[in-house]
Amino acid sequence: MAITKVVMPKLSEAMETGKIIKWLKKEGDRVQGGDILAEIETDKADVEMEAFGAGVLRKILVSAGEKAPVGTLIGVIAEPAEDIAAALASAPAPAVAAGAGAASSARKDTRPEAAPVPPTAPAPGQPLRPAVVSTPAPAVPAVSAGAVGIPAPALTASTAVATGRVKASPLAKKIAAQTGVDLRLIRGSGRIIRRDVEAATPATVTVATAPVTVAAAPVTAPIVPGVEYEDRPLSQIRAAIARRMPLSKAPVPHFYVTSEVAMDRAWELREELNALEGQPKISVNDFVVRACALALLKHPGVNASFQGESIRVWHRAHIGIAVALEDGLITPVLRDSHAKSLAQIAVEARDLAERARARKLRATELSGATFSISNLGMYDVTEFSAIINPPEGAILAVGSVRRVAVVDDAGLGVGRRMALTLSCDHRVMDGAMGARFLQDVKRLLEEPLRLLV
Amino acid sequence: MAVMTYREALNLALREEMRRDPSVFVMGEEVGLYEGAYKVTQGLLKEFGPKRVVDTPIAESAFTGIGIGAAVLGLRPVVEMMTFNFALLALDQIVNSAAKMFYMSGGQYSVPIVIRGPGGPAAQLAAQHSQSMEVYFYHVPGLKVVRPTTPMDAKGLLKSAIRDDNPVIFIEAETLYPVKGEVPEDPDFVIPLGQAIVRREGTDVTVIAYMGMMYRAMEAADELAKEGISVELVDPRTLRPMDVETIIGSVRKTHRAVVVEAGAGFAGMGSEIAAFVTEHAFDDLDAPVERVTGANAPMPYARNLEKLKTPSKDKIAAAIRRVCNANGS
Repeated sequence: MAITKVVMPKLSEAMETGKIIKWLKKEGDRVQGGDILAEIETDKADVEMEAFGAGVLRKILVSAGEKAPVGTLIGVIAEPAEDIAAALASAPAPAVAAGAGAASSARKDTRPEAAPVPPTAPAPGQPLRPAVVSTPAPAVPAVSAGAVGIPAPALTASTAVATGRVKASPLAKKIAAQTGVDLRLIRGSGRIIRRDVEAATPATVTVATAPVTVAAAPVTAPIVPGVEYEDRPLSQIRAAIARRMPLSKAPVPHFYVTSEVAMDRAWELREELNALEGQPKISVNDFVVRACALALLKHPGVNASFQGESIRVWHRAHIGIAVALEDGLITPVLRDSHAKSLAQIAVEARDLAERARARKLRATELSGATFSISNLGMYDVTEFSAIINPPEGAILAVGSVRRVAVVDDAGLGVGRRMALTLSCDHRVMDGAMGARFLQDVKRLLEEPLRLLV
Repeated sequence: MAVMTYREALNLALREEMRRDPSVFVMGEEVGLYEGAYKVTQGLLKEFGPKRVVDTPIAESAFTGIGIGAAVLGLRPVVEMMTFNFALLALDQIVNSAAKMFYMSGGQYSVPIVIRGPGGPAAQLAAQHSQSMEVYFYHVPGLKVVRPTTPMDAKGLLKSAIRDDNPVIFIEAETLYPVKGEVPEDPDFVIPLGQAIVRREGTDVTVIAYMGMMYRAMEAADELAKEGISVELVDPRTLRPMDVETIIGSVRKTHRAVVVEAGAGFAGMGSEIAAFVTEHAFDDLDAPVERVTGANAPMPYARNLEKLKTPSKDKIAAAIRRVCNANGS
C-alpha cells in the first residue's frame, strides 16, 4: 500500500495558509478515500478536507487550531506496518502545492504531482529558464485564471500533473469568472450549472429586494423629516468587489511609491497627434498604458505574480484597465500592450471601455492581466492609491493632469503635472524595484517621443 | 387569410406561380390525369393543359434529368417525386448535375428546378417509404433544402423555391397534407428561404424541430409548461441554407438546446445543429445539447414498432427535463 501524504490544500487563489479547525479522525483511525479528515478554515470559507488514500491516519503534524502554509505536510496515511519516516522527513519543507479536487478535497499523493498547465515550449525569443516558464498563460480559459484559481504550479522537470478539474457548464464558468465565485467551493449536482453558481452568489438574491428604508423618528428629527437611510441590495458586481478586495488588501502586503510627472511635452504631443486627420483620438491614459507596457518589459520584476513557492514573471504585458461602471468597476485586459502602437492602444482601449460599459465583454477579456492601471484623472483627483488585483503584482493609480506653478531654471512658470502612485506587492518586489519602474514610466512620459518609436 | 389544408396550400402556390410565370411547369408520375398521388396537383391539368402538366413514365432519373435540362434552358420545372424515397433513383442527376452545373459552368448555367414530394415517416409505409430523405441532400453544396411544417410555410416557401435560381429540394409529408392552417391568399406572399421561425417563445430551453416533430414538440412544450418549464420552439424551415443566427440567438437566451429529428441520429440534423451551437454559443450553454432522434434502424412496418422507432412526445419531454436538470438528478 502506498503512503499518502496529507498536505494543506490550496482552496483559493489568494489562500496562503489554512487553519485546522478540527480533525475528524485521530491518529490510529482507519480511513477510506473520501472520508472527511478535517475541517479547514480558509480566507473564504470553512471547507471539509477529504482523504485521498486509504489506510491508517498514522500521524497528525498540525493539530487543531494551528495554521499551516499551503502545501505543508499536515498528516500521513499509511498501513500500520509501513515505515513513514521518509514521509515525515519531508514535513518541514512544504510539499508541492496540492491541487484541490472537486469542491473540497485535499490532494495527497505519493504519485508525482504536476502543474495544471503542462509546461510548453517557451515563446520565441524567450530564454529557457530553470524555473518553469510556461508560454503566455492568459490564453488559458478564463476560469482557470482568476476565479477558479487552479493551484500555483510549483514544478520541476520530474513533477507531473494533478489538477483538480471542476466540472461546470460553460455558462456557469463564465458567470463564476465574472462574479468571482470560486467554483471549487461549490457543490453541484454532477455538473455545476448556472443556478448553482447563482445560489453561491449572495448578491443574486435579486428577488426585487426593494431598498429597506427607515423613517427618522419624528421626535428626534424635527428639522429634516423623511427617510433617514436606506439599505440597498448589493449588485452582483458590487458583491464581487466586496468579496475580492479584502482578499487582496489583507493577504497582499501593499506598499506605495509616488512620483510626479511633467506632462507638458506629452500634452503637446497628444494635441498634435489628435489634430492629425484620420488618426484615432488618443487619451492621456493611452500614453500611460503605452509607457507602462514599455517599462514593464524593461522591469519584468514588476510584471510578476506571487505564487507561494515561486514568482511568475511575465514576459508579455497584459494590462488591465479599470473602467468605472454605475454600480461598480470592471477591468478589461488589453493583451500584449507592449506589442501595440499608441494608436492601437487607443482604439482597443476605447473599444474595451465601451463594451465594458455596455456589459458586452467576453469572460476572456476580463482575466489574465499581469498589471493594472486605474485612472481617476477625469475626476480632478490629485493622487490616490489603488488596491492590487491578485494575482497581479502591482497596479498604477493615475491622477489628473493639473496646471500648477513650477519653478525651473527660467524662474516661476506654469506647467502640467500628473501624480502616479504604484501599489506593489512586497512579496514580489521591493521599494527600489517599484521606484525604478516608476522612474522609467516618468521618463517615457516626459520624453514622449520614446512612446512613438 | 383563408383556412386551408397543407395540400391545398401547395396546390395554390403551384397555381399562382404557373399563372404568374409561363416558364413554370410541373412534371412527374401521375401529376396530370390522376391529379397527383396525393392530389397536390389537383386541377392543374385542366387549367394549364398537358404542355405544362406533364405525366411521365416511372423513371425518376430520366424525368429529373429532363427537368434539369429544361431548367438549364430557361424553364422553371417543378418535378414531383411521388414519394421522396424515389429520388434515390435520381440521385446522380440531382447531386452531380443539378447541384454542380452552376459551379462547373463557371456561372453560365443556373438550374432553377424544384424537386418536391412527400418524405419522412408516415403511417405504416415501412422501411423503404418512410425515410427522412433531407439528410441525403443537405450535405451537398449547391442544393437548397426546404421542409415546411405548416400550410402557410408550405405555400410561402414553395413560391420562393420556384422563384429561386438554384435547385431546391422541397420535402413535404404525407401526414401533414390534411393539416389545416391559416394561409395568406395574397399571390405576392412568399417566405424567403433561409429564415427560421420562433413558433413559441420560452425562456428555459430551445427546442429545434420541424415537420411532424415540431407538432410533437409543441405537445411536449404544453405538458412542460404545467411543470414550470418554458420551452422556446424554433423551426428552421429551410435546412440549407440554415438560419444559424436565429437558432444561436435563441440558445443564447435560453442557454439550453434540444434538437428533435425523425430520422436516425448519426450525422443527422441534430449533429449539425449541436456542432454549430457549440461553436457559436459555447460559453452560453448551461447543459450539453441533446438530440432526440429516430432509432438507428430501418422503419418497421408494425404499427407498435413504428411508434417506438420515432421520437414521441414523451421522449422529447424527457430530453427537455434532462437538459433543464428537472429530473432531480
